Amino acid sequence: MGMTLAEKILAAHTDTQEFKPGDIIKVNVDVALANDITAPVAIQAFKASGLNRVADTGKVVFVLDHFTPNKDIASANQCKMVRDFAREQKITNFFDGGEVGVEHALLPEKGLVLPGDFIIGADSHTCTYGALGAFATGVGSTDLAAAILTGQAWIKVPSTMKFTFNGTLQPWVGGKDLILYLIGDIGVDGGLYHVLEIDGPAVSSLDLSNRLTMSNMAIEAGAKAGIIPADEKTEAYVKVRARRPYTLYESDPDAAYVSRKEYDCANIEPQVAFPHLPENSRGISEVGEVRIDQVVIGSCTNGRIEDLRIAARIMDGRKVARGLRCIVLPATPEIFRNAEDEGLIKIFLDAGAIIGPPTCGPCLGGHMGILARGEKALATTNRNFVGRMGDPKSEVYLSGPAIAAASAITGKISSPQEVLS
Amino acid sequence: MIFKGRAFLFGDDIDTDAIIPARYLNTSDPEELKKHCMEDADPEFYSMLNKGDIIVAGKNFGCGSSREHAPIAIKAAGVSCVIASSFARIFFRNSFNMGLPIFESDEASGEISQGDVVEVDASSGIITDLTTGKQYESKPIPPFMQKLIEDGGLIEHIRKTGGI
Ligand code: SF4
Repeated sequence: MGMTLAEKILAAHTDTQEFKPGDIIKVNVDVALANDITAPVAIQAFKASGLNRVADTGKVVFVLDHFTPNKDIASANQCKMVRDFAREQKITNFFDGGEVGVEHALLPEKGLVLPGDFIIGADSHTCTYGALGAFATGVGSTDLAAAILTGQAWIKVPSTMKFTFNGTLQPWVGGKDLILYLIGDIGVDGGLYHVLEIDGPAVSSLDLSNRLTMSNMAIEAGAKAGIIPADEKTEAYVKVRARRPYTLYESDPDAAYVSRKEYDCANIEPQVAFPHLPENSRGISEVGEVRIDQVVIGSCTNGRIEDLRIAARIMDGRKVARGLRCIVLPATPEIFRNAEDEGLIKIFLDAGAIIGPPTCGPCLGGHMGILARGEKALATTNRNFVGRMGDPKSEVYLSGPAIAAASAITGKISSPQEVLS
Repeated sequence: MIFKGRAFLFGDDIDTDAIIPARYLNTSDPEELKKHCMEDADPEFYSMLNKGDIIVAGKNFGCGSSREHAPIAIKAAGVSCVIASSFARIFFRNSFNMGLPIFESDEASGEISQGDVVEVDASSGIITDLTTGKQYESKPIPPFMQKLIEDGGLIEHIRKTGGI
């Protein structure tokens, strides 16, 4: 019996000779990531272990991205704790101050995560790196502490579900729309404990930015990982960034999948997920009249330069609707710089948008764009749970950058066609 | 170990933002976190809770973020254990690593009513609704995870064995 891509990566990282889905195995970790919310808890666990050395400092990455620039005294203290620890343990992949980007946009950009890697992160959207052909999964802080102490993690070997996107993409459809459509189909627990392997001609046609968006939201279907096989585009992306060797794996033709599904992209229009679950997705033509108070363009899901280009194309020469707040957060300093160089920042400012620094900020209701009671937002982020962006009585809708930008102009959830025609 | 308390019912897909909203994550202090436990699902929850009470929820409990603040808040609030039809995978891991007992039973989750007094025998996984007299079996815990619980969580396990 052949092996899936996920199984091949696990096999390359464990001493266990044979394993099958459901077995618990120990796996060597290539990268262990934490942020300003989860690292403090991991550091406390680390200190409680009685051991006092990081197994391999080169494999640890800390990014202070959630409540930064520090929004209050408590978050400043949390960041200081991580900063002190990073210094004491000589962790070089430590991103603070002007080097901070939203972690899952930053790590691929810096070449810190590569095809064939086994990566864990104390952040659920660590699954983003699956788009590079890596096995990447979110864990809690204690697992993370264990990995930085021992270099290993335990994992229950998952089965793989396969999803193939055929056909050509409709206008304004990107990775966000495909993944919202998939989650709408299988539900927020449709991939529970499984790996989603996502491929097909439509996915091959997407650039890495759009693929990262897709893998990013695998967790919104409950999945352990969302892997897209690496191809020449992946190689072109990582080749210029990697500073260590990497391996491209592909699934064997006779690999065992628990399920297979095919979608025809001819039927997939731009998607919007209604409150309060990502599975409540529907095509833009079925949205109806939804007035909004805020638009957020950013996050690890859709805060890359490709997303900002799409938004700028729609907002160029137009004005944000009166009474609506449009917040644009480039996800990393490099993206911010490129957006400046390409003139996108000027387009946003001229349109009346607010430009913020690279931070998670409003995505998790942290700061910089919190919703009041009864307000509605449309965001290019990945979660629309109750209270996610502020008051428990506020509402979040999710979409890709094209619908978000168009909606910022009209003041209600709109298709780009409405604005451009 | 036996857990006994009143059942507090919650629905499907209770996410970590409902268990402990991100706006409170500028601290990891259990004493702070517990005050906001389940706040966005039921603002009255913490004030109504007695020590030992039990959360009974539907499918996919703990979905969303990887924050360990979720099991920390539940534990610190005084909840003795959580029963659900199914758990989201990171929450499942975190609970074992942190020592919050969790039990998977579709039947118990569907039949136990709000306020019923429930008893759970952790070693056998038998759940008894003392109000109705009905008994339920929960899904067995894999041996590796049992070992983690015996050792007192993942960090204690590493301290004892020198590895994972
Ligand atoms: S942008 Fe949002 S989803 Fe992404 S890491 Fe930050 S808080 Fe999490």
